[in-house]
Amino acid sequence: MTDPSEKKSCFRLTRRRLILGGSLIGGALVVGYIATNPMQVAGAILQGGGDDPEPSAFGPFIRITDDGWVTIVNKQQELGQGIHAGLAAIVAEELDADWDRVRVVDSRSNFRAYGPQMTGASNGIASNWDLMRNAGAAARAMFVEAAALRWSVPIGAITVRDGIVSQPGSNRAVTFVELLADASRLQPQQSPVLKRPADYRLIGTDKVRRKDSLSKSTGAQVYTQDIQRPDMLVAMVAHSPRFGGTLARFDASDARKVKGVVDVFAIETGVAVVAETTFAAWKGRDALRIEWDDSEAETRSTHELVRYYHDIAAGRSDVEPAEFDSKGDDPEVPFDGDVADFAFDFPYLAHAPMETLDCVAQVNGWDVSITSGAHLATVDQVYAAFAARTIPGKVDIEVVPAGGSFGRRGVLSSDYLVECVRIAKRTDGRPVKLMWSREDEIASGYFRPMSHHRVWVQLSPDGFPTRWRIHSVCQSLLPVGPNSLATEGITHSPYFSTASTVDGKIFTPTFPVVVGLWRSVGHSYTALVMEHIVDQLARRAGLDPAAYRRVFYEKAGDKRRLAVLDELCLRAGWGGPIEPGWARGLAIHEAFGTIVGQVAEVRLVDDRPIVHRVVAVVDCGIAVAHDQIAAQMEGSIGFGLSAALYGAITLKDGIVQETNFDRYLVVRMNEMPVVETHVIASTGRPTGMGEPGVAPIAPAVANAILALTGQPTSRLPFLDRNARSNTDVSVQS
Amino acid sequence: MSWHAPAFGNWRRRLKVGVLSLLGLIVVVVGAGGLAYALYPRTMPQTQVLAARLQPVEIERLRLAAYFDAIADPRARSIALFEEAGRVIQHPRCMNCHPRTDRPTQTDSLRPHTPWVTRGVDGGGAPTLRCSTCHQAENFEVSGVPGNIDWKLAPIEMAWQGKTLGDICRQLLDPARSHMTREELLRHMTEDELVGWAWTPGADRRAAPGTQAEFGALIKAWLETDAVCPP
Amino acid sequence: MSYAISVNGQVHHVEDDGQTPLLWVLRDTLKLTGTKYGCGAAQCGACTVHVDGQPMRSCTLSLEVASSARIITIEAIEGADVRAIQDAWVAHDVPQCGFCQSGQVMSAIALLRATEKPTDRDIDLAMSGNLCRCATYNRVRAAIHDAASKLGSPT
Repeated sequence: MTDPSEKKSCFRLTRRRLILGGSLIGGALVVGYIATNPMQVAGAILQGGGDDPEPSAFGPFIRITDDGWVTIVNKQQELGQGIHAGLAAIVAEELDADWDRVRVVDSRSNFRAYGPQMTGASNGIASNWDLMRNAGAAARAMFVEAAALRWSVPIGAITVRDGIVSQPGSNRAVTFVELLADASRLQPQQSPVLKRPADYRLIGTDKVRRKDSLSKSTGAQVYTQDIQRPDMLVAMVAHSPRFGGTLARFDASDARKVKGVVDVFAIETGVAVVAETTFAAWKGRDALRIEWDDSEAETRSTHELVRYYHDIAAGRSDVEPAEFDSKGDDPEVPFDGDVADFAFDFPYLAHAPMETLDCVAQVNGWDVSITSGAHLATVDQVYAAFAARTIPGKVDIEVVPAGGSFGRRGVLSSDYLVECVRIAKRTDGRPVKLMWSREDEIASGYFRPMSHHRVWVQLSPDGFPTRWRIHSVCQSLLPVGPNSLATEGITHSPYFSTASTVDGKIFTPTFPVVVGLWRSVGHSYTALVMEHIVDQLARRAGLDPAAYRRVFYEKAGDKRRLAVLDELCLRAGWGGPIEPGWARGLAIHEAFGTIVGQVAEVRLVDDRPIVHRVVAVVDCGIAVAHDQIAAQMEGSIGFGLSAALYGAITLKDGIVQETNFDRYLVVRMNEMPVVETHVIASTGRPTGMGEPGVAPIAPAVANAILALTGQPTSRLPFLDRNARSNTDVSVQS
Repeated sequence: MSWHAPAFGNWRRRLKVGVLSLLGLIVVVVGAGGLAYALYPRTMPQTQVLAARLQPVEIERLRLAAYFDAIADPRARSIALFEEAGRVIQHPRCMNCHPRTDRPTQTDSLRPHTPWVTRGVDGGGAPTLRCSTCHQAENFEVSGVPGNIDWKLAPIEMAWQGKTLGDICRQLLDPARSHMTREELLRHMTEDELVGWAWTPGADRRAAPGTQAEFGALIKAWLETDAVCPP
Repeated sequence: MSYAISVNGQVHHVEDDGQTPLLWVLRDTLKLTGTKYGCGAAQCGACTVHVDGQPMRSCTLSLEVASSARIITIEAIEGADVRAIQDAWVAHDVPQCGFCQSGQVMSAIALLRATEKPTDRDIDLAMSGNLCRCATYNRVRAAIHDAASKLGSPT
């Protein structure tokens, strides 16, 4: 019951009510503003107080100068994948620019101007497809309108081709340059008319080439490692050899005696040695005496962790599982009848990009300027601001091409960048270049996590799964939320299509070894789990692996996979003759919206798999840059094969045993298979290409070995790096 | 921004988005606070005097030639001398350059050499990936790459890996394979600089046991006792 | 100590520790940054320079030893073969991240100078000391063959 006097008071405007009401209305307005302008709000938070790039009449991504060059601003990180050319081609297509007069510059970090700058999940083309098309089309419309006004003809009478604006049927034709002043005065349209794919003249052709091949073949390309600044210092940091270890005590007296060493001090991640040159910093670091506190550190060895993972999967631990992809009846009902079971173990993997981690930073009061191959510039900017105790808008990141990353530069803690800023805060405004040695990089963590998988499949009399049970053990790949990346590639597998029950469980142990995102992420092992199981089930059912797969894809109604399978069988000569001693292995996997099928031709020499040729078929939606798709496929196969053959980071008493490329082996020239790439013609939205090609190569090779020997693969890598076999491998000669 | 005449459904959507945005903002603020806390500068240790910890150096010794004088039977003595010398011959520092393929091995586990290199026509590597592309005249401690003026592989006829000590012994005594007379063999073992590298291998490599002089004395004594090979 | 070192046809006087790897002298002192640090242990080949005409890893060559030789780096290497190699590298869009390519190009030039028409086997033997994490190997191979045939054919 309400008190009538109180009811009456509703109409009285007390001060309290005024404030409450006012703040409610104010709050609603704020919420409303945020809801309708999320990008502007984020831009204001992230970029407030900072400078914006020089304005261009054609928006943030296009600059046209009176020398006739069209400059396209690449907002993503170029780390080898050729994104600069892909994005530029999309803009140039809609703009109808002359591709030979298009150049690309890398943007600085600026959320307000460019939106989020996050390179990852193979999304460079996919996530900027509309943005770049609109940017190009809007600029084109400005030139069309300017020409129509100048010649007093309707807009429909104007065409643009290769940077020439003309009126067909007349002799009127001018270059962008001649119209530049007029066009610059017009307003860009918000929703310009976009081309139909059938009208593309650049996208999907072989004309789309990299713009950086020359500078990268002459040594002229500048990477972070090459940055020189007046008065610049070079820093190296001694890190804890164990994950979770902290600095207890250190003695810098000998380090300070090294000629060229300027300062030695402790930072959050270890002991920093700052010197005039790289080698002085190196020698200074070698001269440090350090005692680490390992009380919180991981001190187990790899074999102990493997045993721990097996215990977890068997329910002999306190790690509680979470469901990741369950369907059907009570998953606890025991399996019976024809049951196949499998177990897999995968090791930690380091990224080992050719350029180790490095960063140049200068801190002047509130202002922080950074030069780095920053992978997630938006995130890096925020972390750098926290580290320098300033606001993100005062942090300016000059993004330069990275000498590879494969995920290492894209960690959600910006570790090396933060480390550099912390050091630069203590050098009285002198710029600092942080250099990590190869040994630092390989032992630094953010590894592809090790994982263990137990799988049971109950089979129907005709050999198809009726029930699946998959129990996976893997550290979480994300700092918060469910461990969903660990099981990507198993979740929603088409091979569940014949089953009524799926019991997917993920166990997520936590301990100090730092894991992260590694090219193709969870797919780097889930592809082997699923594709190798399916090959074994096909053998069990007495069916051809391709025909067996077709049944699942048809049942799942997966037309894209079916098309890839058919094309792959055709191109690889599946089922056709092959030299004695050789076998083909097939794998098809979807990652980042892209479906990749690969057939590997393998023979065994001294028990060592020699992969001679890989035929790959890819459906990545509309193909923007054909040759770069092929390049990514070749690179992904080389990268995936390195991991499959040799890749393993091992711990002994918590210390990483791999130090350099002599112990962390990667595929070299003599081991690289011939790669043939075929792209499925598509007009669908483009999907990722940087990572999906990595996933299928390990199962393709495992399936070929299965065909050769009947022996299944239950762990990677295929080879022990200490293997005695000293085979002369020269696969292409 | 236009606020007039929005449809009811649109308002509901906006409210939903607004609440979500507010929640998002809270998450961002909490996250930012957490980050600020996590990244807040801690007090850092300062430099202090710590005693240098010397790594104990393990030195493997060879038994001297004279030790074997106690063996009366000259045959048995000769074999014993060679077996003792075999501790050097079969040491990884020596075996790695006596591979049975065209590819050297490295480390104590005799694993294949990385990068992938081959002996070439003269044992010094392929034409443009020579041993000397990386190996200088001396060990280079900074890179850890070992070196010697004569860095190269033993000829394939002198492959030791995968062979028994007896086989290696007979191979050494066969001039067709060793390309050496007994005098030359003695000089190779006693004075050759590249052989001598095995006792100063640099970096964290384990040196061959004893000294080159002691090893040479064993070989000399073995040759003087008729150079009998182990079975 | 002071060392006189001949780099790209010019003698430089360098005041440094004689054990300093040539790599860091080139990069930090002479500001010739086309030569890259990738491993520091002669494993990757990114630091390849020509020493008296032979390809060598500058990370494992001391300033002291290097001062008695003529050094040519990627910045100054010249010749018809150099242009042919670099043209082929562009024609095949060889580089991805590009970080190893200075070293690849320096090794490829040395290969073509020693072997006019290299076979696939020759390429394996000469180039397997140069790592590429982007695995551009097939394009490196194709570009070498291409450059060799362009150099061989009369223009």
